[in-house]
Amino acid sequence: MSLLGPYVLAALLVGIGVYGALSRRNAVLMLIGVELILGGALVLLVSTAAAGQDQWSGGTVLSLFVITIAAAEVAVALAVILGVFRFRGEIDLFGRGR
Amino acid sequence: MSALEIVLRSAAVLAAFLVLPLLVGQMEHKVMGHMQGRLGPMYAGGYHGWAQLIADGVKFLQKEDLTPAAADRWLYRIAPAIALVPYLVAMAVVPVHPGWVGAEVPASALLVLVASGISVLGMLIGGWASANKYSLIGAMRSAAQLLAYELPLVLSVASVCLAAGTLNLTGIIEAWSPAWLLWQLPAALVFLCAAVAELNRPPFDTPIADSEIVMGPFTEYGGLRFAFFLLAEYAGIVLFSLLFAVLFLGGWRGPGDAYLGFLWTALKGLPIAFLIIWMRVAWPRVRADQLQRLAWLGLVPVALGQLALTAVVVVSR
Amino acid sequence: MTGLDLAFATFGLIAVVCGLLAVTTTRVVHAALWLVVSLGALAGCFLVMGAEFVALVQVLIYVGAIVVLVLFALMLTRSPIAAQTEVSVGPRRRVLAAVLGAASAALLLAVLVPVVAVLPERTVTSTEVMARDLFGVWVWPFELLSVLLLSALVAAFAVSRMDRPSEDTAPAHASSTDAPLLGEAEA
Repeated sequence: MSLLGPYVLAALLVGIGVYGALSRRNAVLMLIGVELILGGALVLLVSTAAAGQDQWSGGTVLSLFVITIAAAEVAVALAVILGVFRFRGEIDLFGRGR
Repeated sequence: MSALEIVLRSAAVLAAFLVLPLLVGQMEHKVMGHMQGRLGPMYAGGYHGWAQLIADGVKFLQKEDLTPAAADRWLYRIAPAIALVPYLVAMAVVPVHPGWVGAEVPASALLVLVASGISVLGMLIGGWASANKYSLIGAMRSAAQLLAYELPLVLSVASVCLAAGTLNLTGIIEAWSPAWLLWQLPAALVFLCAAVAELNRPPFDTPIADSEIVMGPFTEYGGLRFAFFLLAEYAGIVLFSLLFAVLFLGGWRGPGDAYLGFLWTALKGLPIAFLIIWMRVAWPRVRADQLQRLAWLGLVPVALGQLALTAVVVVSR
Repeated sequence: MTGLDLAFATFGLIAVVCGLLAVTTTRVVHAALWLVVSLGALAGCFLVMGAEFVALVQVLIYVGAIVVLVLFALMLTRSPIAAQTEVSVGPRRRVLAAVLGAASAALLLAVLVPVVAVLPERTVTSTEVMARDLFGVWVWPFELLSVLLLSALVAAFAVSRMDRPSEDTAPAHASSTDAPLLGEAEA
């Protein structure tokens, strides 16, 4: 199995994620871009595990950590977004509120 | 594994998937009828209305396939499939007899949980895509319910996996001993409760609630697509009953299980399905906020306590 | 090219295409659902690389929790079914974002492609070995992570209850969008 596939996939996912995070005005959709960047990081971590290049199964364990941190991040981010929606009536990142 | 074996296994799983939910549906007709002091459907097929579900199926087939004008057409159409197909996948990894399992997966307990989580997404999408206020309310309630009850469900399964030392359902059955009936009892109760909530069955059916939000996510659905949602519900009952039997009652374990294993599985799973139907008849619907309260203040602490108990017992053993 | 490479390429292609759709579609809920498909295909990639446990956890957490939360937030913020062009920035900023995205992808490719190796066979980390390492070597990071999760939980609660005091004085019209649906006991 060649490692070219995982590396290209990780790079593309990060690129797509950066584009998504920068080009969205809706705060929830911006978060989707961030999730894709994290996905790219996950691919790299898992590929080090598949290559057997990691110590103490770090590739697998760290990818689990990344998934956990993503869950925590999304919970807090969505709470903030909903709070913003209550105060301003919209979640447009460039909006002035209603 | 040869190609023939794969085909045979898939066909067996598909057959079980199509037949068992109908059996549960028929059981629901009859059990509810008797518990409520009425007969239930009696005419179709002659003997005690055994063919009623088939007649229902034919009726659903004949109905027109409508899509509301304001709906998100594409999502509206695939939502029933999203609700149904994960249960088919989950059914394939449940062992019913020594050596009888559709597909041997190392972490099958986790896979079943994953599948049941995806299935609720179907309801969520269907409710949102219907462009109907009641559907949207139902979808949001079902999302809130999924988030609340997925946690105790996973924790109770984790307790069993911890006790067995494996994530594999076959391994769990082999590690099972009658003592589990006692010290895994809290986990079993939490699991049953969370499973009923995950299936949106009464008394936890606030997302559907036909008398207040008109079947919630299914308001706009009719014909075959509605039938698929119903089938998903019955398939869910089958899956969670079998899973309860496998996790907490020892699955195919029993006297003469080398030959009678599948019978033991059926004998243990059937009463659970009966219990789930019984709950629908016996209890009124709980309110949405009571539902959340029960999950976060009741089930999650109990499941965490059980997990701690299991961990202590396993470590000290 | 082996069968594993082919399977990986298939799943990877799905992940990339659905990821692209997730960041370009103008229908907000579709974006979340394309993200589901993309992350599901990513889980398929992990399966091909022999990380079965990571794949299952990925689907369980992302589909069962994160995306449901995202959909929940989209519904609570009144996302319409119809396509909206104003969810993205204008064309000029979009081009800039695309350039930056392509640049970061190119940067990563430039770093990673020279070190590509062809594995004679993939190393499969069994769940037992991983669990032993997780609760042995990694136990302190693990505990730290649980503290992080707890504080995230508390923070999410605190943030979402922030405007409760003002609610008692003023008639709550802004927060009435979610409370009755969630069934929070307001009454």
